[in-house]
Amino acid sequence: MAEKKSLFKEFSKGIVIENPVLRLVLGTCPTLATTTSVRSALGMGLAASIVLVCSNIVISALRKVIPSKVRIPAYIVVIASFVTIVQMLVKAFTPELDEQLGVFLPLIVVNCIILGRAEAFAGKNPVLASAVDGLGMGIGFTAALFLMGTVREVLGAGSFLGMSIPFLSQNPMLIFILPPGGFFVFGMLMACVNKLAESRGKPRAQLRGCDACPMAATCKLHNEAAPEQANGEEATA
Amino acid sequence: MELTKGLIAILLTAILTQNFVLSKFLGICPFLGVSKKLNTAVGMSAAVIFVMALATAVTYPINLFLESKELGYLQTIVFILVIAALVQLVEIILKKYIPALYSALGIYLPLITTNCAVLGVVILNVDNGYNFGQSMFNSVGAGLGFMLAMVMFAGVRERMESCDIPKFMRGLPITLVAASLVSVSFLGFTGIVEHIFG
Repeated sequence: MAEKKSLFKEFSKGIVIENPVLRLVLGTCPTLATTTSVRSALGMGLAASIVLVCSNIVISALRKVIPSKVRIPAYIVVIASFVTIVQMLVKAFTPELDEQLGVFLPLIVVNCIILGRAEAFAGKNPVLASAVDGLGMGIGFTAALFLMGTVREVLGAGSFLGMSIPFLSQNPMLIFILPPGGFFVFGMLMACVNKLAESRGKPRAQLRGCDACPMAATCKLHNEAAPEQANGEEATA
Repeated sequence: MELTKGLIAILLTAILTQNFVLSKFLGICPFLGVSKKLNTAVGMSAAVIFVMALATAVTYPINLFLESKELGYLQTIVFILVIAALVQLVEIILKKYIPALYSALGIYLPLITTNCAVLGVVILNVDNGYNFGQSMFNSVGAGLGFMLAMVMFAGVRERMESCDIPKFMRGLPITLVAASLVSVSFLGFTGIVEHIFG
């Protein structure tokens, strides 16, 4: 029973408390680039989730085999293999989605969420927990993209999943589906999430770019900048 | 003449109209993370330009080889591994032979391995069917565009330090809204390249 409970915890943390996009601020590139419509946002979320779950399972199964010195390249190879599989499936079955996602489909390889989960979770935990963790994080990622995609498509194109909305479709605010709209909607969403988090007594999402980066341990810039950054945060708090 | 015109058009498109950061959303992590100070922004972008040009020069022949053997589907795996190995190699070589350059760029190099802008530019070169010259110009242009966006944004952020920002907008939200405004300014370049060269 206790085990079941902790599995559920691993699953649910990715969706709200540790939502990869809105709380951990990871995977910002696809979040901004592929949310011009709900359809492409969902497509991106699903593709990344599949890669995330599969790579988490394989990496956690191999965690005792991979020497820790070469673990990052090994993780990258596993992730890249799954990305290639997903890429071929998308090209074969939904060519229009492939066109919408464009270069961001192969770029799932360098999505920090996936390498980040491999490094932070799958490399240390058993297979089942890793799979559940990947599923939760994937759903959290997809949900955040869906939210962004909905706001941008409804306001920017006046439609939802391609169905036009009466008043809005005559007066679309084009800027929301252009690049500046992406930054703006994401900024506003972060402000809302921070407000909610603060009212619950949780810390607000910080731009942890480097902290969350899986390369942080090997990165000298991060290690040098870290003490300075900590001071800066204290000052603003 | 036609050739140079085409190359310059590619370069300007990559820097201004199709800016990597502000209109293609590639390399957002360093754009938001390392743009707090002007000197780190410049160092990081110099390293990105360097690695982008090098990665393009190395992956171009590799891609020709893959395509000649009909192994195009291995592209993603091979490219990311080549880039990762290349960055490591560059780091080692710079450290040993050009310590001055290493001390300027070295600390940014590991960050670049998992930077989507570098993998993005080599994949885009292949997708667009560019030849070697066009690929190189596109990569250097993308790097310069990255630098332009980083430097501009670092300036904006330094200004923002002294502003009285509403509490709920502090930190990341206001940074993103500022990025949105910088991005609006780049919308002004739409069509400029076609206008000059068309």
